[in-house]
Amino acid sequence: MAFTLNSAFYGLPPKRVSMPPSLIRFKSSTTARHSLKVAQTRSISETFSKLKEQGKVALIPFISAGDPNLATTSKALKVLDSCGSDLIELGMPYSDPILDGPVIQAACVRALAKGTNFDSVISMLREVVPELSCPIALFTYYNPILKRGVERFMTIVRGVGIHGLVVPDVPFEETEILKSEAARHGIELVQLTTPTTPTERMKAIADASEGFIYLVSSVGVTGARASVSERVQSLLQEIKKTTSKPVSVGFGISKPEHVQQIAEWGADGVIVGSALVRLLGESTSPEEGLKELEKFFKSLKAALP
Amino acid sequence: MATSISLRNPNVSLGTTFPIARFASPRSSIVTLRMPGESMACPPPLATTAPSAAVETVPIGERPDRFGRFGRFGGKYVPETLMYALSELETAFETLSKDQEFQRELDGILRDYVGRETPLYFAERLTEHYRRADGTGPHLYLKREDLNHTGAHKINNAVGQALLAKRLGKKRIIAETGAGQHGVATATVCARFGLECIIYMGAQDMERQALNVFRMRLLGAEVRAVHSGTKTLKDATSEAIRDWVTNVETTHYILGSVAGPHPYPMMVREFHTIIGKETRRQAAEKWGRAPDVLVACVGGGSNAMGLFNEFVNDKEVRLIGVEAAGHGIESGKHAATLTMGEVGVLHGAMSYLLQDDDGQIVEPHSISAGLDYPGVGPEHSYLKDIGRAEYYSVTDVEALDAFKQLSRLEGIIPALETSHALAYLEKLCPTLPDGTKVVLNCSGRGDKDVQTAIKHLQL
Repeated sequence: MAFTLNSAFYGLPPKRVSMPPSLIRFKSSTTARHSLKVAQTRSISETFSKLKEQGKVALIPFISAGDPNLATTSKALKVLDSCGSDLIELGMPYSDPILDGPVIQAACVRALAKGTNFDSVISMLREVVPELSCPIALFTYYNPILKRGVERFMTIVRGVGIHGLVVPDVPFEETEILKSEAARHGIELVQLTTPTTPTERMKAIADASEGFIYLVSSVGVTGARASVSERVQSLLQEIKKTTSKPVSVGFGISKPEHVQQIAEWGADGVIVGSALVRLLGESTSPEEGLKELEKFFKSLKAALP
Repeated sequence: MATSISLRNPNVSLGTTFPIARFASPRSSIVTLRMPGESMACPPPLATTAPSAAVETVPIGERPDRFGRFGRFGGKYVPETLMYALSELETAFETLSKDQEFQRELDGILRDYVGRETPLYFAERLTEHYRRADGTGPHLYLKREDLNHTGAHKINNAVGQALLAKRLGKKRIIAETGAGQHGVATATVCARFGLECIIYMGAQDMERQALNVFRMRLLGAEVRAVHSGTKTLKDATSEAIRDWVTNVETTHYILGSVAGPHPYPMMVREFHTIIGKETRRQAAEKWGRAPDVLVACVGGGSNAMGLFNEFVNDKEVRLIGVEAAGHGIESGKHAATLTMGEVGVLHGAMSYLLQDDDGQIVEPHSISAGLDYPGVGPEHSYLKDIGRAEYYSVTDVEALDAFKQLSRLEGIIPALETSHALAYLEKLCPTLPDGTKVVLNCSGRGDKDVQTAIKHLQL
C-alpha cells in the first residue's frame, strides 16, 4: 500500500542525535534491533512543539486494538498515519472499561472474543510501528499494567516504539509509580482533567501531565455527542492561564464541525475516538471499514486550517 | 477434660512476614498471633495479660489511612471525573459522623424502620448437631441480620447513605446489585426518603433473582438490565460507575459493599459496624465476655466487616470469612477471590481479584448471586495479608446442604450467601474446644433463593 510520509520527516536531522538519552539505553537485543527505526518518530511533546511552530492543531484519532481484528488495526494505523494523524491513540481491549461508552465497550467485547490480548497487540505493533511516521500513545486501564508489573510493561511497550500512555482509572494522586517508571523508559504519561476538576487540582494535573494535557470535554464516558459543550471553551481558557503545555480535547467529538469549533477555541489538539471505532468495527467488512475510516478522517482533517 | 485443640490462627507460621501498613498510625493497636503448637485448653477470657516473649506481634495500621489505603490495598482508582465527588463524599461523611443530629436521625430510623437491634440467637439444635460424642463442642450463636427490614444486612448501609445523599442535596440515587438484596434495600430507602432510584443489575442475575426484581419495581425503582460483559454483578458495577461518571453532579452512588474507591470501603463498613457493636453488648449480657470466633460469608465483604470491625483490635477474637468455591476452586468456576485471586485494581480499589493471564477480569461463579463477585473489599485483602483474619471457601453443594440443614434444625431459612458461612461450620466445629463461643452472621434470609433451591434440592 502506497503512503506518503509527513513532509516534516524528511527535513529532520538524523534522529538518533536528537533523541532523549533514555532511548539509547535499550538492554535487550530485540529492542536494540528496532531502536534505529523506533528513533524515527518524535516524542509527543516534540510533535506538539513542531505543530505549534507551524501554527497547526493536532488531529489525534483513537482506535480500539483488535476490532474487527488485529490485521485491520495494523492497516488502520497506516491509513490514519498517511492521512495526516499527528499522534494516534490505540486502546487496549479490557473486560471492564469503566470510562467507555457503548461503542468502545462493544469494540472491547469483540476484540476480546477474537482472542486479542496484550501479547498479540504488542506483536502487531512491533511490525507496524517502524512503518509509521507519527507517534503512538497506548490507552489502557490499570489492571493489565499491574498484571505484568509496571516496570516490565513499560519496557515492553517502549521496546515496540510506543511514546505515550493514557491510563484513565489512575487519578493524579495514584500516578507516582506509573509516572516514574514511564519517565525511566522515555514514555510520556498523559493525564486527564475534566469539567468536574476544581481549578487548583487542574493546575496540579496540568503540571504533572506529560506530552499533552487531556481535557475531557464533558461529564461522562466516551461516545459521540451531538454537539460540543460551551464549557470546553471556558475550560480551555482556564487551563491555558496556568500552563503553556499543549491541551488536547477529547470525548464526544464526532463531526468536522466539532473539530473546527474546538480548534477555534484554542485547543492544541483534537481527539476523535468512538466515531472512528464505530466505522471500523460496525461496517459490513474490514475493507469497507477501512475505506469509511479514511474518508471520514480526511473530512475531519479538512476541518483544520 | 478438654484436649489440646488449638484456637490458633492456622495461617500463621514461623517465618511468615507481614507487610506492615505504609502509614502506621501511632494509635494503631497490636495483635498477638499465637505460634503453632501453642495450645489452648479452653477459650481464654478477654485478658489483659502481657504477651509472652515467644509470641509474634504485628501492628495493625490505620484502617484506612488518609489516602484511603489499608496497607497496600484500597485507594481511589477511578476516572478523574469522579474524584471531586469522592472527596466531597469523604468530607460529608466525616462531618456527619460527628454530627449528633445526624446520628440521632440515623439511630431512629435503624430502630423504628429497620427494626434494630437484631437478636443474638443461641442456635440450640445447631449447637447440639455439632456436639461431639464426649459431649463437648462449641456454642453457636446467630446474629440475626436476616430479621432486618428487607431481609438482609444491606439496609444498614442503604439507610446511612440515603441520609447522607439527602444532606448532599442529591436527588437521584443509583446502585448496583447482584442478588438483588442491595437493590431492594436501596429501592426501599429511596421510597422512604422520596429519592429517584435506578438499579443496575446483570441480565443473568435478573433471571435468577426474579422476586427481587419485582420487589424493586414495586418499590418504585427503575431496574436496568446490564447486557455487557458477563451480565452479572461485576458488569452491573461497571455500568453503575459509568452512570455516576455521567451524572455525578446530581447523583449519589449507593455502593453496596465494602469495595470500590475510598471512601466507600470505610463508609460502608462504618454503616454496618452496628452489627459488631450490638454483638459485643449482647455477648457480654449473655455470657460475660466477647465472642471467641466470628464467622461470616464474604462476597464484597460488607456483612463480614460489619461484624468483624468492632473486634479487629481484640486479639483474642478469631475472624473467619467464607467465600464461594462454586464448583470447587480447582474447577475455575468459583468466586474464591482471597484464596485464588491476585492483587489488581477493580472498580476503584486495589485488592485481590480474579483475573486471567492477560489481566482481564474473569467471570466468577457461585450459586449465590451475592457472592458472585470477582473482587473483594480491600480491607479484607489487608486483614488476610497481615494474618488477622482467615479466609476459606465452600462449594455450591456444601452451601445447599447448609441451606437445608439450618432450615431443618432451627426453622430458619438462610440466604444462600449466608449458607456458605454455615457450611464452614462442618470443618470448623470439630476443631473448637468445648464451650467456644461462635457468632455467625446470619446475613440474610433465604426466601429470595427458593427458586434456585428448587432446581437443586430434592425434598
